[in-house]
Amino acid sequence: MILVYDGTFEGFLTVVFECYSRKLEPTNICSEKNLQEILFIGKEYITTETSHSDRVWKGLQQKLSTELKQMPYSAFLSGEVGIEMALLNFIRMAFTSPVHIEGNFGDMDVLMVRKAARRVMKEAMRMLEFIRFQRTLDNIYFAPISPDFDVIAMTLKHLKERFADQMWLVYDLKRDYGFFYNLKSIEEVTLNEKSFNTSNGAVPLNLLQEEEAVYQTMWKGYCQNITIRERLNPKLQKQHMPKRYWKFLPEKR
Amino acid sequence: MNETVQEKLNILADAAKYDVSCASSGNNRSNTQGGIGNTLNCGICHSFTDDGRCVSLLKVLMTNHCIYDCAYCINRRTNDRPRATLTVEELVDLTIGFYRRNYIEGLFLSSGVIKNPDHTMERMMLVAKKLRIEERYNGYIHLKAIPGASPEMITKAGIYADRLSVNIEIPSNPELKRLAPDKSYKDIYGPMNLIKDNILVNKEERQKFHHTPAFAPAGQSTQLIVGATPESDRQILSLASDLYSGQRMKRVYYSGYLPVNEYDQRLPALKAPPLVRENRLYQSDWLMRFYRFTADEILTPDQPFLDLEIDPKLAYALRNLQLFPINVNTASYNMILRVPGIGVQSAQRIVEARKFRTLTTQHLTKIGVVMKRAKYFIISNELPSSVFDLPSETLRRQILLSEKPKKKSQPDTQLKLFSFGEVIQLPAPVSSPNKILTA
Repeated sequence: MILVYDGTFEGFLTVVFECYSRKLEPTNICSEKNLQEILFIGKEYITTETSHSDRVWKGLQQKLSTELKQMPYSAFLSGEVGIEMALLNFIRMAFTSPVHIEGNFGDMDVLMVRKAARRVMKEAMRMLEFIRFQRTLDNIYFAPISPDFDVIAMTLKHLKERFADQMWLVYDLKRDYGFFYNLKSIEEVTLNEKSFNTSNGAVPLNLLQEEEAVYQTMWKGYCQNITIRERLNPKLQKQHMPKRYWKFLPEKR
Repeated sequence: MNETVQEKLNILADAAKYDVSCASSGNNRSNTQGGIGNTLNCGICHSFTDDGRCVSLLKVLMTNHCIYDCAYCINRRTNDRPRATLTVEELVDLTIGFYRRNYIEGLFLSSGVIKNPDHTMERMMLVAKKLRIEERYNGYIHLKAIPGASPEMITKAGIYADRLSVNIEIPSNPELKRLAPDKSYKDIYGPMNLIKDNILVNKEERQKFHHTPAFAPAGQSTQLIVGATPESDRQILSLASDLYSGQRMKRVYYSGYLPVNEYDQRLPALKAPPLVRENRLYQSDWLMRFYRFTADEILTPDQPFLDLEIDPKLAYALRNLQLFPINVNTASYNMILRVPGIGVQSAQRIVEARKFRTLTTQHLTKIGVVMKRAKYFIISNELPSSVFDLPSETLRRQILLSEKPKKKSQPDTQLKLFSFGEVIQLPAPVSSPNKILTA
């Protein structure tokens, strides 16, 4: 039997809840979006129920060590094929085991979950590295991004702490939503009308502060001059800073 | 902000590029009410230049004018180059402007020496002070301590900076004196010891009085130029080891010597910087910092130089075959760390995972162990036991052969200057090289 959910993390946790309460043994768990019709295998749609997902999440929290409390969520965001089943097995193991199981790297489900989570955390970290703000005329620092995974929420705490005295907007072009900080709080926004280039997020010059172009040029010049030409190593550069981020970087445009 | 600032920035970034340090790590500093910025213990890189090095801090000289004439430095007094000086205000505006756009983690300010060391140090300190107090800036600041500056001025600088550093540059005192007649180890170790002592005293005080301002909480670092002078790798590593334990350095950087002053006869002629050697030194440094090796284990007295063909960890294993093979299911973490093909992450995973089951080769591969290398050094039921009987030389050849038949690369110039086993006095130099910060 295939269990189908709405694609959200809450939806997935509801599936886990159902597996426990109705003793289900699914052969696969699949979001609506990824569902492919397969003959002869029954499927059931599970409706998201936040009270159920909350219970699973709270229970799971008590089974995880402090530094890994968010880890299953990160793994889920990876959207990897088969991650739902690995997570289900992981959660079942965590609930049954008297000891923490996160270190059980010899188990293929645990290993898959840990590796997926690591990949997602790395992408979130890369956002902190490669986000670039442009200062607009209405004095908002605007940063377009398009991460491989939906990690925008993981950057907010850092950005709020660091850029506490400037208004900023981080916008995910791929998923068409973002977060705006108004000096007091952060709110989720979706822009209906976009005054910027929707593929690389560039804002037209007439909507930017005059100093913006100057800073971008100076930064670009700086990056060129800090390079040691006798040691050029483009392979290493791309390894640390994959090309897919380059369209957002003034020094690489 | 205008074209002149941009020109000056280009000149002073170019002049600062030979300092390899770029770390923004080592300190957690929270933002303050109404302030901007914070620092993270792990540090963050924000870009990577075409040479593959990370850009974390705005690394720039305050000025590239200098009263000194060090042979290895591009900013030496006698060089005819464009010179520039950024004012305190310009440096502050640049730092804040870049920081607000998330280009950088902070400022790394160094400088040529103008008038005298104390005057130079004071102006650098003023930049940090203005950032911290007027701009309420809590991001990272790394200041170069100028050798010869007064203890009072260095102490002041340490209050505003996260990290202070003094570059040793030349790994032995006689060679330093030959290449930089104005400097000596005394001038370098003076501020270094002062910083070390201040950090220690400050730590104690902060335990007693909560509000004592932190002094250089991210510690100090230094840099050694490799290949400009005839010191052996063993000398360099033992110096680095002393710096880590004695001076409590957070980092020692190695900089392969680049011929910047080709005309200077005191420096050797190199076709290209000794990148392989530099890389091997970094690998050895990692072995000391993360793999629990001592300098004496990496290079023994009869082996003054690192093997350029194989990495120092493999070289150690081949020299000490009597220690292997080990059983990953029972060996200590320390021993697992010494197996070629197993890194820190794999070693940690092995130690955790073996609590749950006996690990097989398959598990190890999935965990991330490089089996084609590790298989000669670990026991597992599935491996043929014959591989453990090979003599060291045969094993070495076999491993080299099995790992990518890569294109024949340019031989490291170091090979021509030094032969393994003995240090040869450098021939009278023909061209020149490295420079690093003037400080």
